[in-house]
Amino acid sequence: MFAASFRLAFYATAICLLISYPIAYVVSRETPQVQSVFMVLLMVPMWINFLLRTYAWMSILENNGLLNKLLVLLGIGKVSIINTEAAVALGMVYNYLPFMLLPILTVLQKLDRSLLEASSDLGANGVRTFLRVVFPLSLPGVLSGVTMVFVPSVSTFVISKLLGGGKTLLLGDLIEMQFLGNAYNPYIGSAVSIVMMLIVLVCMFVMNKFGDGGEETSMF
Amino acid sequence: MSTELIRLKDCVMTFDGETVLKSINLYINDKEFLTLLGPSGCGKTTTLRIIGGFEKPTSGDIFFDGKRVNDLPPYRRRVNTVFQKYALFPHLNVYENIAFGLRIAKQTESEIKSRVGAALELVGLTNFDKRRVTQMSGGQQQRVAIARAIVNQPEVLLLDEPLGALDLKMRKEMQVELKRIQRQVGITFIYVTHDQEEALTMSDTVAVMRGGVIEQIGTPVDIYNEPKNAFVADFIGESNILPGTMHKDFDVTFGGVRWVCVDKGFDTESPVDVVIRPEDIQLVSTDDSPIKGRVLSVTFKGVHYESTIEADGYNWLIHSTKAPNVGENVGLFLTPEDIHIMHKSAGEAKAEGGDSY
Repeated sequence: MFAASFRLAFYATAICLLISYPIAYVVSRETPQVQSVFMVLLMVPMWINFLLRTYAWMSILENNGLLNKLLVLLGIGKVSIINTEAAVALGMVYNYLPFMLLPILTVLQKLDRSLLEASSDLGANGVRTFLRVVFPLSLPGVLSGVTMVFVPSVSTFVISKLLGGGKTLLLGDLIEMQFLGNAYNPYIGSAVSIVMMLIVLVCMFVMNKFGDGGEETSMF
Repeated sequence: MSTELIRLKDCVMTFDGETVLKSINLYINDKEFLTLLGPSGCGKTTTLRIIGGFEKPTSGDIFFDGKRVNDLPPYRRRVNTVFQKYALFPHLNVYENIAFGLRIAKQTESEIKSRVGAALELVGLTNFDKRRVTQMSGGQQQRVAIARAIVNQPEVLLLDEPLGALDLKMRKEMQVELKRIQRQVGITFIYVTHDQEEALTMSDTVAVMRGGVIEQIGTPVDIYNEPKNAFVADFIGESNILPGTMHKDFDVTFGGVRWVCVDKGFDTESPVDVVIRPEDIQLVSTDDSPIKGRVLSVTFKGVHYESTIEADGYNWLIHSTKAPNVGENVGLFLTPEDIHIMHKSAGEAKAEGGDSY
């Protein structure tokens, strides 16, 4: 159960990062008007309650849901995704994506354009400028994004309950059960909570340590 | 000394319909120290950015060694830039900042080590190699930026107002330093500044720009002593500029007095601008001069006194080691050599003309 929680949170974080970085990179190079339109598009779904959005995904992913109807229409055939780990990971990615995107976008927006020119001036083409200047300088944003996605993913119980159908039991579910569920036992619940908190803290500590080595910048 | 290295031919630059450069023609010799001088918005930085490859001219061509390089990106040009705000990489220490270009060029570690060491020594920052650039003073960052550019052994170094952010004393020191570095490494420097004193101190050649046009190009001495029009005269040092009438060769009227001068070749009875440097005017007693005025103010400036003297409706600016008393009546004495006659500056039409005197 510990393993499943951390594995899923890890997948969700990694997928969020892989989706967010390219989007943030492209958007950060657009004009301010395009950027603000993008921000609105990003924020609007977040005004809807988290629970409602997850229920919506539930009906999308159902065996006779929107997704499968679409797939049948396209002639691909049904997939059964609801109540699997994949569905839980998808729910995490969807819900926590903005928390990854925004910090990365902010860092990239603030990146001094003259640094890119300096890099080009010193002989680096686009790819090398990205690898040697843009990415290292965006690490603080990546780190805070990773933190902000990983921590809630590890402890979520709503997503796994609704989209995992109780099959994928995560730490969050376990804790919830001890306090509100049938297996009422606050002592075990508290113990698991503390253990989880410690593990998360250790993870964060290691990550920040690792991050400090990579970037010598004083956060800007 | 005089082999041509860079040539800009009819370079025009427009941003969003606004013309920033109007047909710039300029050539730069090998090992020359050229300064683009002008007020902000005159197009000097744009000109530099075209040479660096950061901007493409809207029309016109740029040549390096006779080869057209309009479409060559910055990373393929044998040019390095010292940016206005240094643009040092904050995630790298001093050593790695300077080594950046060498690592891109895939130099060996030992080669990088010796060249970065030499560059640090050149700018006087030996033993600073492990420092973070964010912990350094403006002057030190400036030196790192110069070292980072020079270590790549470019043919041309572009400097975009590199001393703008430094205090006066530091600026003076860096002016001398830069000139020394240029002599030592023996490459072409193209320098952008709005500070006329900086331009005169360091350059072999100064190009004075205004409104996207080169108004005058020449040695600092020529530009100071023989400004082509009132704008150049006023921009290069302080000046008294009076309207006058040129009657015939060597004969001019201004300030209500008819003078003998050393200029010729103007149309008879043509309106002109008369430029007189404040330090060329001598204060004498009212009996000895045709211009009599009253002292409005006197300011002590260290080396000299700066006085404003009102005569015949014009406020004269005078630099003199003598301090007149405020309210005193004095005479202003001029020799024919002190009087510089210029065409009325009627826009950019005459800017490219040759010797129009």
